Amino acid sequence: MSPDNACGDPTQALPTTDAVWGAFGEIPDPEIPVISIVDLGVVRDVRIEESCVHVEFTPTFMGCPALDMMRSQMEDAIRGLGGEPEVEVVLDDSWSTDRITAEGREKLRAAGFAPPTPRAPEPPTLLQLERGAFRCPWCNSTATRLENLFGPTPCRSLRYCDDCRQPFEQFKTI
Amino acid sequence: MSSPSRVDLLLDLADDELILGWRNSEWTGIAPFLEEDVAFSSIAQNEIGHARALYELAARELGTDADSVAFDRPVAEYRSAPLVELRRLEWARTIARHWLYETADAIRLETLKSSDDAELAGITAKIDREEVYHRIHAEMWVDRLLGSDEGRPRLEEALDELWPYALGVLDDELRPELVTRVEAKLGRPLPDADAVPRGEHETELAELLEEMTSVRRSAPAGARW
Repeated sequence: MSPDNACGDPTQALPTTDAVWGAFGEIPDPEIPVISIVDLGVVRDVRIEESCVHVEFTPTFMGCPALDMMRSQMEDAIRGLGGEPEVEVVLDDSWSTDRITAEGREKLRAAGFAPPTPRAPEPPTLLQLERGAFRCPWCNSTATRLENLFGPTPCRSLRYCDDCRQPFEQFKTI
Repeated sequence: MSSPSRVDLLLDLADDELILGWRNSEWTGIAPFLEEDVAFSSIAQNEIGHARALYELAARELGTDADSVAFDRPVAEYRSAPLVELRRLEWARTIARHWLYETADAIRLETLKSSDDAELAGITAKIDREEVYHRIHAEMWVDRLLGSDEGRPRLEEALDELWPYALGVLDDELRPELVTRVEAKLGRPLPDADAVPRGEHETELAELLEEMTSVRRSAPAGARW
């Protein structure tokens, strides 16, 4: 093969896509380590092409500083399996919070982050965010109120539960 | 009027988001109360994230990298609208600028989301998902200030001052839609005004870039951190 090809030695055994998905399932979200990047739904595709492991990666919130780290962790995981990574960042509109898996949503809730509500055809309104049924991850009450549309990271809002009197972080729906 | 090139269009958007992101971040630590400190910091982070993605697309066409496009151009080559360049650390003006910009940006994104350029349509649709929250925040504040005896005149004065700048965010053909939306919210006609156009930079831009790029310029070429 030509020396300037970024991919590895074609005579070496390549990892399987299943092995790559399995390794990605062990990579925690750098900011919310209770869920993996697979739970988060940011890996759109894994293909073995020639001698490269090609990954399509769709960022979550565009200003999220964890994105670079996720990318380098995926590359390290592929190298750890003996593959040569080629991570393509797909900046299209295919990621939404609906891509977080059911398992991922439960892990978020168990860790005290209220998972995102399902995406509706129309974008959310202030009325919905103030009056809608957002469930407290600690006590399950829906007697919660919006404290701030924005929170400690781009993906979260702040709410307060009037029943158990605890603040909590609500994943924004996008 | 000829339409701008694809790179110019990307830079219109990216420069607006980068410069406004910087201005929003100036409230970090000193906003009137903690919730707004968090909100403006988070909005700034989003806007700069949008700028970064747009600069990456532009950089690919220009054969360079996103940081070079974002930070290494001379002031005159920035394509930002003067609205985002103004330094206005005063709450009524901050809210006026925030709401005018988000309203104009929503109109611009609506048209770009239906572009036949699939990449541009995709990235602007993705950006718009996050901008929804900026618009809710801006409208919440406009309602809050319009509903108060002290807030209303201060906001109205700020809106009149910034209105010519707001028009400059959009191309000629989109401006009537901005007039319609802003007048509908305010319930009054806006002053006749000539738009302060894109590329006619405020002196504050040079000061902003001087500060924003100071670390980059002080580091030896190729430094990594």
